[in-house]
Amino acid sequence: MTHIAFYLTLALYGVTTLLYLACLLRSTPCVAGLARKLLVAGFLAHCLAVIHRAIAAGHLPITNMHESLSFFALSIVAAYLYFEFRFKVTSLGSFVLPLVLLLVIGSSAFPSELRPLNPALKSTWIYSHTLLAFGAYAFFTIAGGVASMYLLQSHFLKKKQLGTLFQKLPSLDTLDEIGYRCLTFGFPMLTVAIITGAIWAAQAWGSYWSWDPKETWSLITWFVFAALLHGRLTTGWRGRRAAWLTVAGFLIMLFTFIGVNLWIPGLHSYN
Amino acid sequence: MNIIVVGLSHKTASVEIREKVAFSPNSIEQPLKALLMLEGIVEGVIVSTCNRVEIYATTRDIAGGVGRLRRFLADWHHLPYDTIEPHLYSYHGEAAIRHVFRVASSLDSMVVGEPQILGQIKTSYGYAAEYGSSGIILNRFLHKAFSVAKRVRTETRIASSAVSVSFAAVELARKIFDSLSDKTVLLVGAGEMCELAARHFLTNGAREVLVTNRTYEKAQRLAEEFEGQAVPFEELFDHLHKADIILTSTGAPHFIVTPKDLKEVIQRRRMRPMFFIDIAVPRDIDPAVNELDSIYLYDMDDLQQVVAANLENRMQEAEKAEAIIAEEIVQFAKWIATLEVTPTIVALRRRLDELRRAELARTLVAWKDAPPDVEKRLDALTTALINKILHQPTIVLKRTGQGNRTDLYLDALRALFDLELGIEEPESTLELEEPPTTP
Repeated sequence: MTHIAFYLTLALYGVTTLLYLACLLRSTPCVAGLARKLLVAGFLAHCLAVIHRAIAAGHLPITNMHESLSFFALSIVAAYLYFEFRFKVTSLGSFVLPLVLLLVIGSSAFPSELRPLNPALKSTWIYSHTLLAFGAYAFFTIAGGVASMYLLQSHFLKKKQLGTLFQKLPSLDTLDEIGYRCLTFGFPMLTVAIITGAIWAAQAWGSYWSWDPKETWSLITWFVFAALLHGRLTTGWRGRRAAWLTVAGFLIMLFTFIGVNLWIPGLHSYN
Repeated sequence: MNIIVVGLSHKTASVEIREKVAFSPNSIEQPLKALLMLEGIVEGVIVSTCNRVEIYATTRDIAGGVGRLRRFLADWHHLPYDTIEPHLYSYHGEAAIRHVFRVASSLDSMVVGEPQILGQIKTSYGYAAEYGSSGIILNRFLHKAFSVAKRVRTETRIASSAVSVSFAAVELARKIFDSLSDKTVLLVGAGEMCELAARHFLTNGAREVLVTNRTYEKAQRLAEEFEGQAVPFEELFDHLHKADIILTSTGAPHFIVTPKDLKEVIQRRRMRPMFFIDIAVPRDIDPAVNELDSIYLYDMDDLQQVVAANLENRMQEAEKAEAIIAEEIVQFAKWIATLEVTPTIVALRRRLDELRRAELARTLVAWKDAPPDVEKRLDALTTALINKILHQPTIVLKRTGQGNRTDLYLDALRALFDLELGIEEPESTLELEEPPTTP
């Protein structure tokens, strides 16, 4: 059952991604509508797969690479759907969905067998700490997407290259607005995730902060987005340089999430 | 019945000729009435815009009708026929249908895709309907032309991009600011182009206009016109931060805004984007300004390039539109062909029935000792005979889509049996989809 739902999700995301990319090249409202419907269907199938696995495992399915990549993808789709319905920006999907598809494909490449939960993770803190972290990651991913769209659109406007892609992308103000929303949602979530993580660490490992690679890189991510938010709130910092830093923040976050787990062994590596 | 078109347009005649044959909408009734007085002309619509003067009419006699309409254009305006003859074009049948569909869809316009022409034709048709000069065929024809134009507009992107400099500026602003509703426009200097652009921004929702000019009175006058606010030229940099969109067209020989000037402005605006539109030649804004984060600068050349690219785009979309029109012509030509079939059959049947009754009556009067049921029998016999005779021709005529064949048969029947037919509208008339838009 979990497998069927998972592969259905994969198939739906695959088709959806193609449709969203087609939207970018050719304008037909029906394609965009179909893409949205299929995405919602994919999202529901994905929820089903995750819930089913959670019931089978008896805990949140975020304890190995297969599960966390899939859960990360699910969080991104949830955040994306919010922005799509709130701001009606189909073109954002063309930037975000390919990443979602990659994550789900990546997830399917890792072993998916259920294993007993690492005893260190048996705590209710797992919910607040990890769910908040995933929420923050999802919003930062959207922020990275809109920031790259902002850079593209701003480039087109400055260089006077007003082609099809330019027509498809939303206005700079809209992109800026979405990016700012992502920061104001994502940053507090990451902050609380780090704090709850520290409290949990004190209980589980006996120390609030042990400079584990995951902790270090989360802190770097936190500083990048803190700088962005600070600049925005004090001097109204935005524009191309802010967009570049957002993209950098997103890449650092991606490394914190995936790279650290894969390449740097530490307390957070459970595979 | 045939549709014919006679006229001239910007493609065949210069404005000097066009203005001579133009019809004023205030006195369109007389020419419309005069049109119907012409021999062989059944219905007529006159379309007169600054770019074209055309008469759409229906007639049975194509050559005669076209000739009389051509003469009419000269005679009505008291012009020697020779002066306009070389500029006139005339179409009939499918070519006429194609022409009107293309005109309504703005494919024949000077700026392909411009939206005014459809409204102008709707208005012209409105007059013709009001004064009763358009009938069943032209009613149906023009409504069809309107729906074809609508289809072209929605199914192609022929009118989707700006083809004037000031509209291109508004469109670009929408890609920076999304909504213009809380945006302030600053006009630096005066100039027709600048004012036009400012007006476009206002009609597209801009909140406020600030005006500055080296001559403060001029600024005040213009500000009043836009219900905006005048700013002394010396205080330009004290007010610049309030403006999201800046239109410049001063006669200054050097740059009046340089990157250095904008440092503080950007800070005061908390880095919200600014859109500079420099219409002045020589330019007012240092092009280096475009390199600053959140500052976007377009000069006259840039905007004209945008317009040129959009125009080229429209040409490509026009090809799709031609395909749509070709499709619609086939359908409409079919309708025209079937239009007269039913009335002809009805008239033919009526004619034969009259003869039958007359002969029957004559026979019965002369037949003194007729058996009691002879009248009933003869009536049944003759009715059956006529039905049998008419059966095959009816089938052949109703097999529509035969094009010229059907016309030929109908003409022959009308001539051979001397039929008079009142054509009835087979379907209810369509309503105008939207009120005529005034340019």
